[in-house]
Amino acid sequence: MSAAPAIAVTGLTKSFGGRVVVDHVSLEVGQGRVCGFLGPNGSGKTTTLRMICGLLIPDSGSGTVLGLDLATSRGEIKRRIGYMTQRFGLFEDLTIRENLAFVADAYSLDNKHARVDAALDRLGLATRADQLAGKLSGGWKQRLALAACVLHEPQILLLDEPTAGVDPLARREFWDQIHVLAAEGVTVLVSTHYMDEAERCHDIAYIAYGVLLARGTAAEIVRDSGLAALTGEGPGADRLAPLLQQRPGVTMAAAFGPTLHIAGPDLAALRAAVKDVDPAIDWREAEPTLEDVFIHLMRSATDNSVGIAS
Amino acid sequence: MSPSLRRIWAMLIKEFHQLRRDRLTFGMIVGIPLVQLFLFGFAINNDPRHLRAALEVNDHSAFTRSIEGSLRASSYFDLQPAGTRPGAGEEMLRRGEVQFLIVIPPDFSRDLVRGEHPQLLVVADATDPAATGGATAAVQQAVMSGLGHDLIGSLAPLAPRPPPVDVVVQRRYNPEGITSHNIVPGLLAIVLSMTMVMLTSVSVARERERGTMENLLAMPLHPLEVMLGKILPYVFIGATQTTIIVAAAQLIFQVPFFGPVWLLALATLVFITVSLLLGFTLSTFAQTQLQAMQMSFFYILPSILLSGFMFPFRGMPGWAQTIGECIPVTHFLRVVRGVMLKGWGVGEALLPLGILAAMGLVFAFVAVRRYGDTLE
Ligand SMILES: Nc1ncnc2c1ncn2[C@@H]1O[C@H](COP(=O)(O)OP(=O)(O)OP(=O)(O)O)[C@@H](O)[C@H]1O
Ligand SMILES: [Mg+2]
Repeated sequence: MSAAPAIAVTGLTKSFGGRVVVDHVSLEVGQGRVCGFLGPNGSGKTTTLRMICGLLIPDSGSGTVLGLDLATSRGEIKRRIGYMTQRFGLFEDLTIRENLAFVADAYSLDNKHARVDAALDRLGLATRADQLAGKLSGGWKQRLALAACVLHEPQILLLDEPTAGVDPLARREFWDQIHVLAAEGVTVLVSTHYMDEAERCHDIAYIAYGVLLARGTAAEIVRDSGLAALTGEGPGADRLAPLLQQRPGVTMAAAFGPTLHIAGPDLAALRAAVKDVDPAIDWREAEPTLEDVFIHLMRSATDNSVGIAS
Repeated sequence: MSPSLRRIWAMLIKEFHQLRRDRLTFGMIVGIPLVQLFLFGFAINNDPRHLRAALEVNDHSAFTRSIEGSLRASSYFDLQPAGTRPGAGEEMLRRGEVQFLIVIPPDFSRDLVRGEHPQLLVVADATDPAATGGATAAVQQAVMSGLGHDLIGSLAPLAPRPPPVDVVVQRRYNPEGITSHNIVPGLLAIVLSMTMVMLTSVSVARERERGTMENLLAMPLHPLEVMLGKILPYVFIGATQTTIIVAAAQLIFQVPFFGPVWLLALATLVFITVSLLLGFTLSTFAQTQLQAMQMSFFYILPSILLSGFMFPFRGMPGWAQTIGECIPVTHFLRVVRGVMLKGWGVGEALLPLGILAAMGLVFAFVAVRRYGDTLE
């Protein structure tokens, strides 16, 4: 196994109608790694994935995928990666089996029937193979889409919000499967909005307003953020979020059941903010969560972009 | 990456399954040719007869009765009396109850006998010029032949004389001037271009609307493979439609078929392909299926009106003929009518077929360029 990264792009930039949507994004994903791609809506995740799989030509920037040049080898790259689109991309008016057979033909796969049957068995859809794909529930559609994009045994998987609208058990199975594939050497770049999924990734890339803001493992990102957090416990603690949100030094405040979780860049400022709120509430120092960090990053990115604009 | 049969097959089978499940479209494919064939084949008539006419007779004599008799016999008119109230006939014409008003003036017979060349007035509702043309000529004919029997003896000098030159007209290829012999082969061109262009023009836009385009583009499918896979199923559909129309033309409308069948088959195949390529090209310009439909209508209207299907091609002004020459239907129409009615062979069909093939190459080139392999 080579040590070269499976995905290595630098300075990817894309604008639509004069608006920069992806701004000099550089990203490396090592072979066999599962990299989570996070960011708020409209931050440019889908656009970045599309550039990596050759569906969009970057305005500037370059890169290699599996050692192949993004600018010159798009055809070969397409053959060796699997891309699962954010919107269900299979044909709703084809049956499950017909969809898989189409994919097998499109990639010119050998042993078509054996592969399709095996995929159906793995999915647990063998008995429903002749049902129209459009009639499947949301979660089953996603599973089918994954099955379709791994049918040709790609070396890289680009998954765009593959578990949106999928129930927890199915999500867990989905992620188990992703890790099985990664263990076999498949490199996975997966966009998601779920924090628990982010934590199941080997490492994370966080993008906001087209700019890559953080990169590393979940622990590294939390550590590097320099955030501090407090958890408040006591009667009515969970009701204090709107009040504390206003106070200086508090980046975010959120209720978790009966407790309140607040985070900010400076521990002393946090303690000052909660001092006179309610003596009945007991405040303890806590680990900032990945969510705290992302919200913090997103807020400061907004501030930056506003600052540049004005 | 060279085009592979396997990938074309993948697209073809997919399109076939989708078409098979789209019952309405499938019904249209068989329904459109049949409905249009019967509708237009029977309905359109360039030589209309039995038109309603009011006859205002202000002079009763053997002469006027003869004229009335021969007008009735001409089969061009269904005569009805206009009554004697002044202006009654005009009123009927204005209201659209009749299309003609024929007025025999007072003292018609007296003036006729005196050799004073009386006038006989035919007022036609010419809002639709085509509807009145043939009939007005028929009045002339009817009056002449009606009076011919009466103007004998001392009146013989008044009788219409044979013209100094005998003009001989031979109506070749459709001697009886049967409209359906012209319309039915033309319908083959119209029906084919309607279904072929419309069905393919929505095909790429549909992938965009349904969100399957991104997935298709992410797969290693060459644009040429997508295009071939998308148009091939329709070639079979076009062949089916052709069979239906040609069979009906023979069995129901008794349209003659003088030329070689294989030549018509070849021409049809070329035309189907050109229409499909055109539809596919339009498709690459449309973001939605609605836009695609609008574009195909924009194409279909001129192909009905400017191709020579409805109106004589050479009767159009030069610029309209130039537009007409750019429409594939125009050239196919010439071949179909030529082969079926005039017994064309390869020699005559070569030029229009060559033009069609050239158009097809242009469309294919544009389509593949436009389809591309990215989302941009
Ligand atoms: N083809 C396009 N033309 C114009 N604007 C586009 C196009 N594609 C994306 N955009 C814009 O680019 C921005 C980034 O979009 P993108 O889909 O990459 O975001 P995302 O991070 O995937 O968001 P989400 O989490 O909602 O899926 C958005 O503001 C979007 O409106
Ligand atoms: Mg997205």
